[in-house]
Amino acid sequence: MPETLLEVRALDAHYGDFQALFGVSIKVEAGQVVAVIGANGAGKSTLLQSIAGLIRARRDAIVFEGTAVGDEPAHVMVARGIALVPEGRRLFPSLTVEENLLIGGQLARNGPWNLDRVYALFPVLSERRNQPSTSLSGGQQQMVAIGRALMSNPKLLLCDEISLGLAPIVVRDIYSRLPAIVADGLSLIIVEQDIVQALAASDHVYCLQEGRVRLEGASLTLDDIAAAYFAV
Amino acid sequence: MHWLNIIIQGVLTGGLYALFAAGLSLIFGVMRLVNIAHGDLIVLAAYLALIVTTTLGINPLLSIIIVAPVMAAIGYALQRTLLNRTLGDDLLPPLLVTFGLSVIIQNGLLELFTADSRRLQAGPIEVDSIHVAAGLAVGTLPLIQFTVAVIVIAGLQAIFYRTAIGRAFRATSDDRAVAQLMGLDNRHVYALAMALSLAVVAIAGVFLAVRANFDPSIGPARLLFGFEAVIIGGLGSLWGTLVGGVVLGVAQAIGAEIDPGWQLLAGHIAFLVIVAVRPEGLFPKVQG
Repeated sequence: MPETLLEVRALDAHYGDFQALFGVSIKVEAGQVVAVIGANGAGKSTLLQSIAGLIRARRDAIVFEGTAVGDEPAHVMVARGIALVPEGRRLFPSLTVEENLLIGGQLARNGPWNLDRVYALFPVLSERRNQPSTSLSGGQQQMVAIGRALMSNPKLLLCDEISLGLAPIVVRDIYSRLPAIVADGLSLIIVEQDIVQALAASDHVYCLQEGRVRLEGASLTLDDIAAAYFAV
Repeated sequence: MHWLNIIIQGVLTGGLYALFAAGLSLIFGVMRLVNIAHGDLIVLAAYLALIVTTTLGINPLLSIIIVAPVMAAIGYALQRTLLNRTLGDDLLPPLLVTFGLSVIIQNGLLELFTADSRRLQAGPIEVDSIHVAAGLAVGTLPLIQFTVAVIVIAGLQAIFYRTAIGRAFRATSDDRAVAQLMGLDNRHVYALAMALSLAVVAIAGVFLAVRANFDPSIGPARLLFGFEAVIIGGLGSLWGTLVGGVVLGVAQAIGAEIDPGWQLLAGHIAFLVIVAVRPEGLFPKVQG
């Protein structure tokens, strides 16, 4: 019986009067790769931001390693072992590539990830280490964003639309590194609009639609997903 | 030789203005907070130095060792308890709150120390000078003051670009939300920035008090010099702030030489000319 790392229980999320999530429940087991897919505005990013603590939730709506942590702020969640690769990468423009990575690791949690390991995973970053982060290509910036999150040695890594705005060949390149990332038992939630990519990379899939979980399963096919969305 | 003398005096005075400005620039850079009470905090530091020197009987310049940490602690507490609550997308609340703070500090000092002007006595060093050439002498105290200003700016520069806390300052300034994802508590980072700013304010306050008379009402004018130095130098550039202070100091010295009544006016005119010609300042760093 695998151990449950994260459990989201009937999570609601609001932006002012607008409700973005309605009773969303998901579960991530240790070492598992979970994909969350859905159209624009389905609430995927809101879900990740709630888990990461950027949006506060009901205390018992998010349970991490058996502790209710829904109302804790983002900087505490990082210390607990949850790291988010935000949508659009959002590197720090006034920091160099290496400084972006170092600031990701400044909490100094114990674990396998450090500068050398990130550079081994993405060798191109090593050559660019002293350049401003904004001078990199989109794909390289995404590598910095992933590396920056890994530097905190998380137990759970949240990746928000890492394929967004990148050429297909670059997306394949980045996804090909995921096995190396999860090799040490790290759990992963990937949010994607690219359904084929998400299905191929994950062990379990949740489909969000208008803030609700429409469908979930371990071995969904494109047909199942199409049926859930279109054949009401 | 006469004018060279004037310009050198102006440059050295500029060091003090750079000290006024550095803390202001730092706070704006990290958290986009315009601290209207900055000048009054300089005066508060001057009074703290007065208490320390009269109680302990030490040289005012040595009192920095005590006044700087005290001011830093005040800065940390002020940010955690009050100013953090005013920060958001709107620039107005911190302006209003620091304006209120300015009024409170001025009147508090007036109540405690009366409106009499005070001065710190640094001893013979005040009138010492170094002869550089025939007809050209540089005052020891202004020289120390300028050297300290350069060291402070270089120190801030090193903190910003070479240390983990400087990295945290820059990251938080870039993107508040993502900085939290790095495990940085904004409230703590901002409070550290304010502590650093007020440590610099303490140094500025002591030099102000040794150089000239002070009373509770002179804060806003120091704030104005600080603002002008920051804008002349270009927002976000520490070395630019030093240059801004020097430009202001030299303009004032030249103005005063032409007519003593023109001292302040000449500084403001130099500021207006630079803003008209280069609205982004001489060495701008902040874009947008």
